[in-house]
Amino acid sequence: MRAAVIVFPGSNCDRDMQVALQAVASAPVEMVWHKDTSLPKGLDLVALPGGFSFGDHLRCGAIAGKSPIMRAVSDFAHAGGHVLGVCNGFQILTETGLLPGALLRNGNLKFLCKPVALTVKTSASPFTSAWNAGDKAMIPIAHHDGAYVADPETLKALEGEDRVAFTYADGAPNGAVHDIAGVLSENRRVLGMMPHPERAVDAAHGGTDGAPLFRSLADALVSA
Amino acid sequence: MKARVHVSLKTGVLDPQGEAIRHALGTLGFEGVEGVRQGKLIELELAQTDPAAAEAEVKKMCEALLANPVIESYTIEIA
Repeated sequence: MRAAVIVFPGSNCDRDMQVALQAVASAPVEMVWHKDTSLPKGLDLVALPGGFSFGDHLRCGAIAGKSPIMRAVSDFAHAGGHVLGVCNGFQILTETGLLPGALLRNGNLKFLCKPVALTVKTSASPFTSAWNAGDKAMIPIAHHDGAYVADPETLKALEGEDRVAFTYADGAPNGAVHDIAGVLSENRRVLGMMPHPERAVDAAHGGTDGAPLFRSLADALVSA
Repeated sequence: MKARVHVSLKTGVLDPQGEAIRHALGTLGFEGVEGVRQGKLIELELAQTDPAAAEAEVKKMCEALLANPVIESYTIEIA
């Protein structure tokens, strides 16, 4: 598997994502600046990292979503490429329309930074195949705008098509509708999630519950 | 010419910031504030001098960037 991590001004989990992909998925990782207009050749995965791209101005992820590189990322996704967006990366994916719904200010208005228990809702995706549906995983969150919302029809489609990847096991701390923590695209190759799996891949992180996500990717994209 | 774009959360989308403002107003003794919705105002200076063309252009800007149609609605004033 070959991967790229997109770096925006204000990204702050880009290196963590690079290290997790290298360490757990044994992937060569290229860092790509947001002003680039094309992706490296032969990529299997593009990761949009967490952070506060463009200072969260206008709306979280809105300005990054219009960055030159995002046109190439959209083309990559529409051609069947795999894309992982974590935290700010998830916000960017909803802003570009690669995933449905939106992320709003946390219901209690607090910045939430703590490990949370997630329920893995599906193992039928290249991001979650190393888990069984129903498994629990402790993965940190760190966000101010993580309340997932979508209209009733979209929610029905997401749930009916088994496209909710993760929910908050003990109720959404941020007010997300139906406790949704991560969702998949229709072709299941784009995942957006608020929790940070890249911050839970080494014993020194306090836990390795995020590692199965990267192992799943390594398995799915091994021969690509 | 100038354009003012008001962006607000759609009806039905929870606005916890508006709710916090409502509570604070209550604390200050302002009674009877039954709801607060917070939005934003974006003022644009445009080279365009034709109001209809300006409005059409700003509408495109709203759809492309200024508002997120999933959660927000907007109004445009041309002056």
